[in-house]
Amino acid sequence: MKFDDIFYYPFLAGTIYLFAVIIGRFIRWFLGLSKIDKIRIRKGFFSVKTLQSIWESIREGLLHFKMYRVNKLLGYMHMSFALGWFLLIVVGHIETSCYYGTLNFPFQHSIFYRYFITEQTDFPGHVFFAYAMEFLLFYVLSGVLLAYFKRFKSKLFGMKKTTRMRYGDHIALTSLWLIFPTRFFCEICSAGIYANGSPIFNAIGAFAGQYLPLESLLKPLWAFYSIDLGIFFCAMPYTRYMHIFAEINYIFLKNWGIRLKKRVNTFTMAEVYSCSRCGVCIDACQLNLAGIKNSQSVYVLKNIRNKNLTDEVLFNCLLCGKCQEICPVGIDVNNLRITQRIETTLQYNSSYDYLETGIAKKSDVVYFAGCMTHLTPAIKKAMLKILDQSGENYWFMDETKAPCCGRPLMLAGQFDAAQKLIDNNQKLILDSGAKTLVVSCPICYKVFKEDYMMPDVEVRHHSEYILDLVKQGKLTLKQSDKKIVYHDPCELGRGSGIYEQPRELLSYSNNLVPINNEKEKAMCCGGSLANLKISMAERNILSEQVMNEFASYNPDYVVTSCPLCKKTFAKTDILPVKDIAEVVVENIENKN
Amino acid sequence: MDFGFAPIETRSIDIDIFDSRILKYVIKYEPSLLVCLSCGGCTATCSAGNLTDFNVRRMQLMLRRGETENLQTEINKCMLCGKCLLVCPRGVNLRNVVMLIKKALVIYKNQEK
Repeated sequence: MKFDDIFYYPFLAGTIYLFAVIIGRFIRWFLGLSKIDKIRIRKGFFSVKTLQSIWESIREGLLHFKMYRVNKLLGYMHMSFALGWFLLIVVGHIETSCYYGTLNFPFQHSIFYRYFITEQTDFPGHVFFAYAMEFLLFYVLSGVLLAYFKRFKSKLFGMKKTTRMRYGDHIALTSLWLIFPTRFFCEICSAGIYANGSPIFNAIGAFAGQYLPLESLLKPLWAFYSIDLGIFFCAMPYTRYMHIFAEINYIFLKNWGIRLKKRVNTFTMAEVYSCSRCGVCIDACQLNLAGIKNSQSVYVLKNIRNKNLTDEVLFNCLLCGKCQEICPVGIDVNNLRITQRIETTLQYNSSYDYLETGIAKKSDVVYFAGCMTHLTPAIKKAMLKILDQSGENYWFMDETKAPCCGRPLMLAGQFDAAQKLIDNNQKLILDSGAKTLVVSCPICYKVFKEDYMMPDVEVRHHSEYILDLVKQGKLTLKQSDKKIVYHDPCELGRGSGIYEQPRELLSYSNNLVPINNEKEKAMCCGGSLANLKISMAERNILSEQVMNEFASYNPDYVVTSCPLCKKTFAKTDILPVKDIAEVVVENIENKN
Repeated sequence: MDFGFAPIETRSIDIDIFDSRILKYVIKYEPSLLVCLSCGGCTATCSAGNLTDFNVRRMQLMLRRGETENLQTEINKCMLCGKCLLVCPRGVNLRNVVMLIKKALVIYKNQEK
């Protein structure tokens, strides 16, 4: 057997194995989807969504725009690996087909071009190709160099922490790190012997030839390159590098409209495998501050993949959505985590048989205060004053008795139980014949908006509703010279996308100071009901940090639009905290 | 010997037979329950308690006495709204306690099968 005929076998075996596993997984994921999801794929396949997905795959899979926006160095590193390697394959292929003048050539000649094509070539543009390939190689190598640095000094990248790895990850990482330096030495070696590279490489090769026995190094180097590629490809499906293919798959599925619908299915796996464990979510997580270091999204995804997710990790999350906002792959981590919670608590949902159907009062507007507003009576009082002043025909639904809205149960994964409360409340609201439902709590707002089936009822958060009243002239606000900062509640901001309405309402009468971490970057108050594991002491650390940040702007007070945020902040006793409704009531101009 | 009085059966806790598995499970994962001073703030504010006969303190008493059957019916009344958590002067993570009891009940029921 000749060396030339067999040395590329490790590479070949690795490639075949890799694609067999990946295609197998894609098929399994597809088959595990629900019937409706399969119809969605069939419909989406021949639509503009597919084109969008192709563009998004190029943008995020190769160019890594989002990653670049989060962290420039990290973005460059990912781009050099992805785009550089991709172009090496493509340009290498074009170079080989130019050399042969046909597309029909042994495929290994394109991968190991400088090993096989040893004679002096003179097809048009051969020097250009040689330079292009070498440039691309250097481009990837620059990324590899950054990767070395990042592993040992992640702070240079502005990252406080990188993801902890498993044993298999180390094998894949080492083989990946070796691929491109090996290739570099291979090409130098070939260029030194056959002078088949660019003039620069030929010169370097000739120089190296004076000191090194290139002839006897040539075959071991190329063989090592082939084996290294083979090892990396075999390790890929079992390590984080699976994300290279899974991410593309996820982009397509996501754009075709596949989502997790309160239950775990194979789309969970499609999401889990597309996590590149870049570690961006770790730094975004506020729990670090309280010393909680094992429940960040990347670790949850990893635990799901390794099938060792514990309740302690799964439920130790504020579901504030900061990691989801920043995730370069755009994984829907909050939804993923909630479906995992639903799955683990399936066996113990409550039935709430004691619920009675209340009697609805006919009205135009229903006001639902929610449990948290009842715990902060100042907000309730302010809301009632506003509703009275506006002259609306309203009904205070949970004035004396009403069940919870269901969102806290939903956050704890108790979906079936939450559904019982939802059904009860929904019937009452529909019976009232109201067209508008006003809630003064973002936690309630989210569940009313997303999980209640009330197509004719418009759900309004009180900040939206009061703004409407002011715009319609039902309320007039006077000027005040108070300097305030506004805190975006997680469920209202990132959760429901309401950033501008409260700000517009506040700026009617106050001097609203913009702050650094606001809107999408807003911090969680630390009181989130989504976290079942965090202790009160840890919560206090989070709230104090946020309040101290607010205090650095020297406002007269902090305004929020969530009773839970207010309650949590008020406890720190750093600054006075008010709800948006209270601020409005202070500034109402009495029409006399 | 008859002293003229005897322990009332329904009120006595026989520590030899009392089932402490659920209590131990809960305390293992949520030790903050131990600092509860039974002030009753949680019970006063409870949303579910407003609608039905549900009492957080009684729930804890059942837990501590190992009254598994009663605990099962009692715990299912909770709506997890979290008000108890906010009013608690000792920072007892009651929502987690409720979820842990629910889970423990399932675990030990499955074990008995």
